[in-house]
Amino acid sequence: MHVELLFWAGCPSHEKALAELREVLAEEGFDPGEVVVRKVETEGDAATERFIGSPTIRFDGVDVQPEPNEPAGLTCRVYRRRDGRFSPTPDPEDVRDALRRAHARTAASGEHSAPAAAATATAEERR
Amino acid sequence: MTAVGARAPSFTLPDTSGELQGLDGGAATVVVFTCNHCPYALAWHERLIDVARDFASRGARMLAINPNDAERYPRDSPEQMRVRVERGEFDGVPYLRDETQEVARAYDAKTTPDVFVLDADGAVRYRGAPDADYEDPAQKAAWLRAALEAVLSGGSPEPAETKPVGCSIKWKP
Repeated sequence: MHVELLFWAGCPSHEKALAELREVLAEEGFDPGEVVVRKVETEGDAATERFIGSPTIRFDGVDVQPEPNEPAGLTCRVYRRRDGRFSPTPDPEDVRDALRRAHARTAASGEHSAPAAAATATAEERR
Repeated sequence: MTAVGARAPSFTLPDTSGELQGLDGGAATVVVFTCNHCPYALAWHERLIDVARDFASRGARMLAINPNDAERYPRDSPEQMRVRVERGEFDGVPYLRDETQEVARAYDAKTTPDVFVLDADGAVRYRGAPDADYEDPAQKAAWLRAALEAVLSGGSPEPAETKPVGCSIKWKP
């Protein structure tokens, strides 16, 4: 599975989001080291990446909380925690649900989904 | 730059109904730079409004100022500010538009939110975050409350300064 976190440096939330994402990945049996972290620096990059705010987390290209009507741009993204609070980072349980959905999609398509054991094996094979 | 102990810059800015508002020399004034689009500002918002409500009877007044570039961040437009006020989100706290960003620059505001507490003489007595954790409503803007308690009782806020936490002010190009 391709896991990516896109961020804009104008928002201080990406480190916390990355830590929470890695924690969820580990808890779900995926390799937390597989996260691809990418910095979005210009409005042009934001448009190209369909980046609607920092941080944005995607599993196989699918946003953990899709907001198709949000315009792309360099901004801080507003999430809602499950208890209704505003937050600069997604609720880890929403991240977990999105990860499970992505894994189910991958499994249904018969493709390799990179759980931790497989990811480790792949890394070993590379050596 | 507006440091703790310095006299706060005076200003006059329009609220969402066009009425001009400014510092009035009350017993204590809270100037909060904030906005509509920042998750940190939104996370702390209710706590800040609760402080305004709780201290109003003791002569404290809060002014919320949105200095962000609304051209690049349309959610911070005067129209969107008015929508929030009309929804009752500010509960009587004036929400002012700093279109030229001169007030934010004069205060050296860094983030939304960035909180300044002024005493009756207009001196800055506290500057920084409302409390230690935007994620924890139980903090109840404790640093801001402590600063107001100190100013209103003739004491010195402790801490007098904390690091403002939030989204950077969106300056115009």
